[in-house]
Amino acid sequence: MTITMPSVNYLAIAPILVLLGGSLALMMIAALTKSRVSLGVATVTSAAVCAVATIVSVFQWSDVSSHGESTTLAHAVAYDGFGIVATAIIAVTTLLATLSARDWIARARTVGVEFHILLLAAAAGAMMMAQANDLIVVFLGLEILSIGLYVLVAYDRHRSTSSEAALKYLLLGGFASALFIYGAALTYGGTGTTTLTGIAYFMAHNFILQPGVLVAGVGLMLVGFAFKVAAVPFHTWSPDVYEGAPSPVTGFMASVVKVGAFAGVLRILIGALGTQATAWRPLVAALVILSTFLGAGLALVQSNIKRLLAYSSINHAGFMLLGLWSATPRGVAGTLYYVMTYAPVVVATFTIVSLRGGVNEDLHELGGYRGLARRQPLLGAALAVLLLSQAGAPFTTGFYAKFAVLTAAVDAGGAWIGVAVMVAASIAGYFYIRLVLSLYDTHDSAEVVTVPRTSAFVIAVGVLSALVFGVWPGPLESLAQHAVLLLP
Amino acid sequence: MTIPASWFLTLAALLFGIGAFGLLTRRSALIMFMCVELMLNAVNLTFVTFSNSLHDVAGQASVFFVMVVAAAEVTVGLAIVVAVFRRRQSNTVDDLSELKG
Repeated sequence: MTITMPSVNYLAIAPILVLLGGSLALMMIAALTKSRVSLGVATVTSAAVCAVATIVSVFQWSDVSSHGESTTLAHAVAYDGFGIVATAIIAVTTLLATLSARDWIARARTVGVEFHILLLAAAAGAMMMAQANDLIVVFLGLEILSIGLYVLVAYDRHRSTSSEAALKYLLLGGFASALFIYGAALTYGGTGTTTLTGIAYFMAHNFILQPGVLVAGVGLMLVGFAFKVAAVPFHTWSPDVYEGAPSPVTGFMASVVKVGAFAGVLRILIGALGTQATAWRPLVAALVILSTFLGAGLALVQSNIKRLLAYSSINHAGFMLLGLWSATPRGVAGTLYYVMTYAPVVVATFTIVSLRGGVNEDLHELGGYRGLARRQPLLGAALAVLLLSQAGAPFTTGFYAKFAVLTAAVDAGGAWIGVAVMVAASIAGYFYIRLVLSLYDTHDSAEVVTVPRTSAFVIAVGVLSALVFGVWPGPLESLAQHAVLLLP
Repeated sequence: MTIPASWFLTLAALLFGIGAFGLLTRRSALIMFMCVELMLNAVNLTFVTFSNSLHDVAGQASVFFVMVVAAAEVTVGLAIVVAVFRRRQSNTVDDLSELKG
């Protein structure tokens, strides 16, 4: 018996290799050197690795533009524009998260280079999901991302809430993974293959007489993903975990997990099961309506900014699901554009929250933000812009992001759902604007927040991305539109 | 006499259901972990059954990946349970109520 090795297109998996290689290199340096690896070395290495992965994805983009989409590693990995753009978003966001974490690690007296090792590995998992062309690869990416995050959430050993949040995340995350993989097993049983292009081929060439197993499989996979992106009614873990996790980790979770999970779910539901859209669209519609309304409604009554941002992120997950609901190439582009613009903004927001929250993360009350912009005009204005962008105010990226998914949904015959989420968006707008107004309150209760240089850089990138691409959305929009999802 | 595949699938579904039920009702973190493991093993049984009835080796290969993931999850999970236990001297999830609102 001979074993044939699959051919490997190394350029296609280069960003994943770069991140995992960087993670392993840091681990080896930490193990082999006698003295402790300094925070500066770890941060610079980690940031450089992310930068290299971003540059590699530019080469991938021109390669795919000239040679077209393909699969590699025995059809396990898809090499297409969609995956490359998602990979680049993950690399850039991880770079920002690394810089954002630097000041927190310095302040919080935590030691160890493990933070960066885990962050890079988790980001590689997210990239794997974005490039997967096989249900098992999606699962592996999901788990690499999640297991890295469980540890990162528990990273602050000085606070008991950190490990409490990690345990909650772990138990519900494990549950979600089990649901997802059971769904994948049932889909395998229904179609006879685990590759996404294979499933799509099967669906296009067979009429399914007894869809029971397949419907259960798709439903379970969708529920597993809904847990991971914290869509209502599977969101209960997210406010606790967002609050308990170290703030830079929360920023990473809110951005990179969403990019990876949405890339994976778009690949499965639209790439592989696009022909069965009528079966899964009602489920997604329910998730959209519940997430946007409950996310916005429950955010109104929060008094802790991290819990408020958790509910706000649930609300955003609803909008991202709207692009999925439309089940068209335009919807895919809309969701991709949404996560692309949301990621840097949310990392920058949590950087400010991290600075304001103090070493022990105990200053997250909303009252503490009152008058922040009067005492520190620059920082206050930055937070105001970031919040307004999340609210979807005009001249920020948030506006175009909401516009992109809404037009996609309306084009797909969903005027009713578009109107519904706009109502939810206006409820969400209320609590963002209330917070922005309290920043400019004359009653000053804010303490002075010192902003270290790396954090200032991250905040500036977030604010500039929100403003520059809010006024001039062309480049990102065309990037999202040309990021073609591989279809068989 | 061969046992039909549907029996295995029903058994797997039952095991998965028991795991899910246990995870949602039990209060000890360790037992909740065991329930996650039970769910993953039910998935493995499903994969093997389908692999056998479809005469396709991909399902059996998938089982190895699920096993590795389950092991990794337990490694990290037990470490976190120990970290929580050291602080509180309890592994009951009802006691984890600092974060709520």
